[in-house]
Amino acid sequence: MAEYQNIFTQVQVVAPLHDGIALPRGNAPRSGQPFLWHLLGRFGNAQIGPIYLGSLGVASLIFGLLAFWIMGFNMLASVNWDPIQFVRQLFWLSLEPPSAANGLGLAPLNEGGWWQIAGLFLTISLLLWWTRMYRRARELGMGTHVAWAFAAAIWLYLVLGFFRPLLQGHWGEAVPFGIFPHLDWTAAFSIRYGNLFYNPFHMLSIAFLYGSALLFAMHGATILAVSRYGGEREIEQIVDRGTASERAALFWRWTMGFNATMESIHRYAWWFAVLCPLTGGIGILLTGTVVDNWFLWAVKHGVAPGYPAIVPAVVDPAGL
Amino acid sequence: MTIRTYLAAATAALCTLLAGCERPPIDTTQNGYRGTGMAQVVNPRIAEAAAGRHAAPAPAPAVPSEGPKASETYQNVQLLGDLSVAEFNRHMIAITSWVAPKEGCTYCHNAENLADDGKYTKVVARRMIEMTRSINTDWKAHVADTGVTCYTCHRGNPVPGEIWFEAPDGGMTAGLLGSKHRQNTPAASVALASLPYDPFTPFLSGAQDIRVNGPAALPTTQTQGLKEAEWTYGLMMHMSDGLGVNCTYCHNAQAFQPWESSTPQRVTAWHGIRMARQLNVDYMTPLTDKFPANRLGPGGDVAKVNCATCHQGANKPLKGAKMAKDHPELGGGG
Repeated sequence: MAEYQNIFTQVQVVAPLHDGIALPRGNAPRSGQPFLWHLLGRFGNAQIGPIYLGSLGVASLIFGLLAFWIMGFNMLASVNWDPIQFVRQLFWLSLEPPSAANGLGLAPLNEGGWWQIAGLFLTISLLLWWTRMYRRARELGMGTHVAWAFAAAIWLYLVLGFFRPLLQGHWGEAVPFGIFPHLDWTAAFSIRYGNLFYNPFHMLSIAFLYGSALLFAMHGATILAVSRYGGEREIEQIVDRGTASERAALFWRWTMGFNATMESIHRYAWWFAVLCPLTGGIGILLTGTVVDNWFLWAVKHGVAPGYPAIVPAVVDPAGL
Repeated sequence: MTIRTYLAAATAALCTLLAGCERPPIDTTQNGYRGTGMAQVVNPRIAEAAAGRHAAPAPAPAVPSEGPKASETYQNVQLLGDLSVAEFNRHMIAITSWVAPKEGCTYCHNAENLADDGKYTKVVARRMIEMTRSINTDWKAHVADTGVTCYTCHRGNPVPGEIWFEAPDGGMTAGLLGSKHRQNTPAASVALASLPYDPFTPFLSGAQDIRVNGPAALPTTQTQGLKEAEWTYGLMMHMSDGLGVNCTYCHNAQAFQPWESSTPQRVTAWHGIRMARQLNVDYMTPLTDKFPANRLGPGGDVAKVNCATCHQGANKPLKGAKMAKDHPELGGGG
């Protein structure tokens, strides 16, 4: 007989197709005929659809696709409309922002103008999608935690592509739209501003990033470990003795003396996740605007350690 | 599916994922304080396979310096006239084996009249001898006592294998869309990064400032921005690739900018950049109209040198073999 396995389970629970609760007045109808997909049922709920798109969703998709097409067609044009080269070079191709000399004004299309338009459309799309998430949560009578977590990511995106360029007075240091180019941008950013690892907000961001992964692993592991007692029904169990919930709590109290509660562990996870882009965004915003060289800043404030010299010290030959 | 099928599929997937990787073990040599990431990483198998590329040819036997001078015996000897005839001929044989071993003397000389300057290759070769002398005497800060000979760059090829031309715009910047901004291409010049692929024109032909770091903790009047940093980064990728070394061969991983925590090799490299720049400006570019069109780049510019022209993937060209000491006529041996 099939049974739930703790890590790889072969069981999937399938319920009759249903549309979900009735929506309040003023909502658009949900679209799509729901169906079951066994393979996806192994990862989550096997029922696919219906989806609530609504006018915000449609508008967001339109702007998002426009931005996507502008980037894609610029990349395709950059390889002389050769589809084979487009595929081969795809990871290298990019849509670059205007040069610093252009200032904050509109740039000629082929010198960053397309980047500005694509960036504007992508931003509109993201903000519309955020509004949609907020609205959907409200219409379901939920809190808006997901929307605010998403807003934290949008904050980092806006710092990189909008707020920091505004403070600098030009778009030249915004991130290009491309796979390797945005990674090279990241490395060049750290090189130009004297090693980003000495940026304390970058440190915080990394701590929250790794902390999120650690918390996620701890929580996921704990719940799976008590799934034989129905631990995935977290909230129903928190008031009773001897439940999966209490065992999970006791496990951590016994191993490290302190345990989160079934409620607070999700606050930890939410704040760690949200603080990762929030602090990261602050660090980016300060770079080049308030601090120009993080290594020298860290030396000035006693953050960067000095290391014993292994080789004889050299001096700048330009000064000789 | 059985467990065995899963395992076979997982193994196949793993092999596919790792197909592009170099197999361990990799040799690591520490060149800085422990724990600071100051290390050189070398794959010994790749290094061994490339060893032949860095082997120096055996020197020709020395010949007497007595006897009549070359300038008294031959016509139109503008350089090397002080050499004895034996030394002069030894040099000519050496240069042939270094530069045109297949083509022979007539690659540069008119067989009817060896003194004739009709072939452009002879005119260029004369200037290149002057260039080699300049490297060995004026650029000791870079080449030290090791020095260079024609072979350092040519390696038996009439045109050295590692040269560069100014990147053409590629016809992609003229339209309404699709400008590559001279980057975002898997280019060998920057070790297949998406960085600007012609960092040589501004830095090794022009004298654009390579330093992009802010000189102080807080903002100053320094105007080099991120885009400039990407050009510098591109040049550094070329240097790393051309010398077969990591960033930490010259720079301290803690901060790339400060000199006091850098390695001595960074000073050598600093002089090397200026040397390459001077060779391009003073020697190569003035020769542009001497070359036939098929030897020029797509933009009509002359072939120029960068770090890889001599180094060819080794931190010291020819692994530091002191060829120049056997050829004092090239200013070597010091």
